[in-house]
Amino acid sequence: MNNENENFLTGIKKFFKKIFKGGLGQLTIPVIAIALLVVFNIIRDPSFFSIAIQHNNDGNIVLAGNLISIINGASELAVLAMGMTLVTAACGGQDISVGAMAAIAGSAFVKVLKSASVINAPIVLLGFLMACLVAVIFASFNGTLVSVFKIQPMIATLILYTCGRSIAYWINGGATPTVSSPIISGIGSFIPGIPIPTPVLIVIAVAIIFKLVFHFTSLELFTQSVGINGSAARLNGINSTFIKLLSFMILGLCVAVAGTIGVSRLGLINHETLLLDVEMDTILAVAIGGNSLGGGKFKISGSIIGAYVIQMLTITLYAMKVSSTDVKAYKAIVIIILVVIGSPVIKAKFEKLMTHMKNRKKVSVKGAQ
Amino acid sequence: MMKKKFGSLVLVGSLMASLLFSACTSGGSTSTTSSTGSTGTAATATTASAGVIKVGVVNNPPSESGYREANVKDMEAVFSTANGYELKTAYSLKNDEQLQAAQGFITEGVDYLLISAAETTGWDEVLKKAQEAGIKVYLFDRMIDVDEGLYEAAVVSDMSAEGDTAVNWLLSQNLPEYNVIHIQGAMGSDAQIGRTGALQAQFDAGKMNCVVQQTATWDEAEAKKIVESVINSGDAFNVIYAENDGMAKGAVAALDEAGITHGVNGDVIVMGFDCNKWALRELKAGAWNYDGQCSPFQAQIISDLIQGKTSTSTKKIINEEKGFDAKTITDADIDTYGLGE
Repeated sequence: MNNENENFLTGIKKFFKKIFKGGLGQLTIPVIAIALLVVFNIIRDPSFFSIAIQHNNDGNIVLAGNLISIINGASELAVLAMGMTLVTAACGGQDISVGAMAAIAGSAFVKVLKSASVINAPIVLLGFLMACLVAVIFASFNGTLVSVFKIQPMIATLILYTCGRSIAYWINGGATPTVSSPIISGIGSFIPGIPIPTPVLIVIAVAIIFKLVFHFTSLELFTQSVGINGSAARLNGINSTFIKLLSFMILGLCVAVAGTIGVSRLGLINHETLLLDVEMDTILAVAIGGNSLGGGKFKISGSIIGAYVIQMLTITLYAMKVSSTDVKAYKAIVIIILVVIGSPVIKAKFEKLMTHMKNRKKVSVKGAQ
Repeated sequence: MMKKKFGSLVLVGSLMASLLFSACTSGGSTSTTSSTGSTGTAATATTASAGVIKVGVVNNPPSESGYREANVKDMEAVFSTANGYELKTAYSLKNDEQLQAAQGFITEGVDYLLISAAETTGWDEVLKKAQEAGIKVYLFDRMIDVDEGLYEAAVVSDMSAEGDTAVNWLLSQNLPEYNVIHIQGAMGSDAQIGRTGALQAQFDAGKMNCVVQQTATWDEAEAKKIVESVINSGDAFNVIYAENDGMAKGAVAALDEAGITHGVNGDVIVMGFDCNKWALRELKAGAWNYDGQCSPFQAQIISDLIQGKTSTSTKKIINEEKGFDAKTITDADIDTYGLGE
């Protein structure tokens, strides 16, 4: 018994040592953040993470609870964060028009569904492909400005950020078109017989696709080298213009997926509110994930964890009945702390402190001898 | 040096492009369209008055909201050639552009000027000029800070009346207790203040119990998250009061996923605002209980005043606010009063 306890304790010790030594690399900060939020919530309300199994109004057995709300609610953010990570790594800047582009993609999706007399699987697929096409075209516009014309990403994407939602309005041709179909609710909430929300499954699918692409192509390496030093990469035969453009096009696909999920959740497209302000959360997810916003090395998994950190923070604050106008302020405080802790300056200080303590330990051990 | 110049050129170009885009989209352009092609068509008009009545409408662009879209359509339908009118319209979100358009209408010589102003100030001069030219002015939807003598009448909405109508309906349901989830619109907007006021009074008086009061800033997805968090916390509730249709839809999605019944014969009463057609259909299907509306239909009232069919003793005419009950709504109501398609 005692032995087991000891084993357990040493296990924990090892784990923390690993974390504090930075054994998790750039994932250290997001993992600590999520751990802190989990501990905080369990202390505040032990039943916070309990998961209930229940019937929804369509008679399906589904999972419910705060944990499901968090994982489900962060889906769009997670998908966008994956694409944004790539753009950030390759271009050293961010696309601030993802929310507006998602509104355009969502509108294109709804437009196709509305033009059909019956909504069936091929039509939904066609709508999704249309959303992808439209999003990739707009993303390529951003990408061309950045890669060919060498405009700063934030300035280049400011154009679509400004006018994107109005373009979505033109596509909709009116206020808020609605679509209702079992297929749409299957994409946005639950597929009958599967108790896990479909958006969660979509996130997993997208993550797997990224993993496969990185495994079978040199995209990851090329993106990193372009991000670290574009001209050096070019001298080594990497077409940096194309890699940058490609990163935007991939982000465009992510935007189409996020827009489709967003529309399908409620079967309604509101060009003014669909994924409103999501661009800021997306950039934050990338930053919390420990990725350098100046480009270069990156980890997609960090950004995904970052997305869940943001969503968990929001749901926690809602559960505490914090007024949603104040939520943004609290979120900002937590994020400032996270980003500052993750900054190179603090990291260097911390490492210095660690080595200092180690040296002192050695000295004292020597002294004892 | 060359590179720098080129870079700045591109920058200027992109800025101009973005300006161009945003200008097009904010509806900043003032277009003047005449609904009658020629006087030939006016000859077929059914009114007994001599010739057509020329009406100039200065309004916000239809792209502003579903409300404005319905408002613009209503104006076009009532002041039509068939009704004996010649309609000229100008749409802008900017006060100075609206003033210029009004000036233009005065120069062109319209008989009546109808105004829904972007801002309440700055209209004195133009309205005085209109008076000198013998043009009668009607205000609709929004008031202007000018002397009452400068306009014939103002047909406006009373936002607080809209909230009162909804809350009175809720009280008439005689529930044993009211545990309300209150989802607010963008804080500080006219619609939010009007729709919150009456309900807040009930909370303050202790007649209704506020389970949660949160703003979702008109965002459907946010409304769903708010209701989800209440369901997860296990707090009991039996009313959802959402300040527009979209947020009510979001709230209902959360109820559906949690297997909570709603609407007529359901456990939870669902209330929305705006009366979009799709929302009224939800009402008709019994999935929701109530939908309130800030009426965008002022044209008929003004038309009746112009043609002398009705007269008014006060300058300010409060447009009647509608509210629909799921048990009494008809398909005709949906066609007549529903916004959008």
